[in-house]
Formats: sequence, structure tokens, C-alpha cells
Amino acid sequence: MDFWNAFASLFSNFGNLTWQMVVMWGIGALLIYLAIAKKMEPSLLLPMGFGAILVNLPLSGAITQGDTVGPISALFEAGMSNELFPLLLFIGIGAMIDFGPLLEKPWLMLFGAAAQFGIFFTLFLAGFFFDLKDAASIAVIGAADGPTAIFVANVLHSQYLGAIMVAAYSYMALVPIVQPPVIKLLTTQKERRIRMPYQKGSVSQLTKILFPIVVTIIAGFVAPASVALVGFLMFGNLLRECGVLNTLSETAQNILANLITIVLGLTVAGQMTADKFVRPDTLLILALGLVAFVFDTAGGVLFAKLVNLFLPEGKKLNPMIGAAGISAFPMSGRVVNKLGLEEDNQNFLLMYSISVNVSGQIASVIAGGLLLTLLS
Amino acid sequence: MLHLTSWMTTLPIMVIGMVSIVLVIGVIVLAVMLLNKLTSRK
Repeated sequence: MDFWNAFASLFSNFGNLTWQMVVMWGIGALLIYLAIAKKMEPSLLLPMGFGAILVNLPLSGAITQGDTVGPISALFEAGMSNELFPLLLFIGIGAMIDFGPLLEKPWLMLFGAAAQFGIFFTLFLAGFFFDLKDAASIAVIGAADGPTAIFVANVLHSQYLGAIMVAAYSYMALVPIVQPPVIKLLTTQKERRIRMPYQKGSVSQLTKILFPIVVTIIAGFVAPASVALVGFLMFGNLLRECGVLNTLSETAQNILANLITIVLGLTVAGQMTADKFVRPDTLLILALGLVAFVFDTAGGVLFAKLVNLFLPEGKKLNPMIGAAGISAFPMSGRVVNKLGLEEDNQNFLLMYSISVNVSGQIASVIAGGLLLTLLS
Repeated sequence: MLHLTSWMTTLPIMVIGMVSIVLVIGVIVLAVMLLNKLTSRK
């Protein structure tokens, strides 16, 4: 009898399974599929997908159950609740970015600013459905920048971190699908065919070194709440540009970024438990995330069209470059270049679109910081 | 539940936020132009 009881107890956990957990397994499997088969942000979607399955097993020991602390919950406490992981990742990202082409034509940064419109418009829209802090956290999906979204959602103590992360990284991967229809809707074929010959300028090494310091100081004055976010990004870039810390720069770009990415995905998955994720709010958040990306794109394109009103014939900009102002780097820049080539096989926009794309990295971080400052 | 009056809070944030980001980026653009001017080789 004891034997059978002991044997049956091995399977008693099946009774704790809920249909919501099974739904989460499906979502986890979908994320893994998208990561492997479609190569959509695999470095994050794969750990998130696996983690979603791991934490949604009944009484999973990966997350805290009662008094027993689970490792993923411990990781969350150690690196997410204090925003440490996204900030460390930002050092790596900063070290990866070459701001050189952007510094040659700094006016392109204005498109990065315009393309943050989706964030603020989504805040306006999400405010009808969520309280202000959750609405702001959801709006930052439009930053098209995972670490910024995590940082802002964490600082604002949003209860929707898991859904926000899934939306942010999924839409970043879906940029080639989301942006082209919006760009085509807002531009004429004639506008999409506008050529922008690229003339290489020159930027001194001193400018490249001073740039991250200046940006940190300016952003710090306006949005002190987010100075860590801008500061860590710019610190990474200073490592890259200073010229005397190449090994540290390479470590930040590769080893540090990879290590953080591994634990970040799993840690975010810790927030994807069925009770937090399988609810109507999640669908609404996914829809609002799409709105954010669409209006980011629209903001950049329409700003370029506005600028064109004041430019003489022959000097007009291809308004598509405005769409690259979102932070999804380098996908957005490449999408714009591809669209230009589709209209005219000699219309190379890559240098402009990538520069605007890089400016989106800075602008999205500052936009996140401004939101935090405005809400504090 | 719909928060129908939320626009009274979010609309000003939207306007101030967009104006602020354009201003901040504008200042950075000016700073970079200045840096380029000061550090360029004659």
C-alpha cells in the first residue's frame, strides 16, 4: 500500500496543472519557434520561451514557492528589481555603437526625437485602460529598446513587466513587417524615390570622446531619474572610443552583453507566470505595443515631410529615413534602405537611415527618462 | 474599467514630453556642432 501511495505521489503534481499554464507552454514554444525557425531576436526570445515553460510547471522550483526561494526569483531580486541587468547590458550596447556617421551629420538626431512620438501617443491611449504608471510602462514599448522598457517598467513598479517585455522584443523583431506598410501609407512613390547622395564628412577623435560625456551631462540635467540609463550607454561608448581600453570595450560588447542577455531572458520569463500573463490585459498590452511602433514610424516620417516643406527642390529629404528613428537597431535602418532600393535600385539610403537609427538609441533612452521625470 | 478622464493628465504629458525630447535632442545637436567646430582640423 505504501509503495502504491509513494508511486502515486510522484504524479500528484499533475493535479496542480491549470489550463493557463498550458497556454503559457504554448506561448513559450511559440517564442522558441520564432527564435530558432524565424531567427527573431533569438538571444532573448529563446531564453524567454524556455523560461516561460520552466516557470509554468506546477509548483516550479525555479521561482519562489512559499518560503523556498527559486533561482529565477533570486535573479530577479538581484538584477532586475534594482535595474542592474538592463544597465549592465547598456554598457555592452554603448560599446557596440559607432556614433561616427551620426556625428558627421548631427541634425539627423532630430528624426530620432520625432520617432519617439509613438511612446507619448501610446501613453495617452493606454491611460484610458490602465493607471498612469502602468500606462507609461506600456508606452515605453515604443522605445523599441528592451533595456529601456525593462528599466522604466521596473522603476514604475508595473505589474505587467512580462507582457511588456514580450511585446517590446517581439515587435523589435517584427520591424520588417510592421514598418513598411506604415511608411508606404504615409509617403508617395515620388517621395520614396528621392535620392540622398551621401558625402562623407570627418569627425575628430576628440569629438567622439567628448560626445558621450556631453550627452550624459545634458540628459542628466533634464531627466536625472534616468541618468543611469543614459550614463551606462554612454560609458560603454566611451570605452569604445577612448582608444586605450580596447580589451574592455570588446569584453563589454561580447562577454558582458552575452552573459547579461542569457540571465535577462530567463529573469524576464520569471514574470511570465500564468497568473500574471494569461489575462485580457496582455492582449491589450500587445495591441498598444503595436500602436506605439506604428506611431513611432509615423512620427518620424511625418516630421521628415514637414522638414521637406521648407527645403528647396533638389535638397529634399527622403521621408522614409524618419522611420528609422526608432531604436530597433539595425533592423529599422535596413528596412528603410531596402524600401528605397525597391523603388529605385540606385537609391542607397543606408548611411542616412543607419545614422538616424543610431540617434533613435539615444532618443529612446532620453524619452524613457523624460517619462520617469514627468511622472515623478 | 475605462479611465475616461485620464486624458486630462496624459495629454499634457504627451505634449510636454514631445516638446522636451525635441529640445533636449536639439541641445545635443548644437553641442555636437560646436564640438565639431572646435575640434576640426583647419
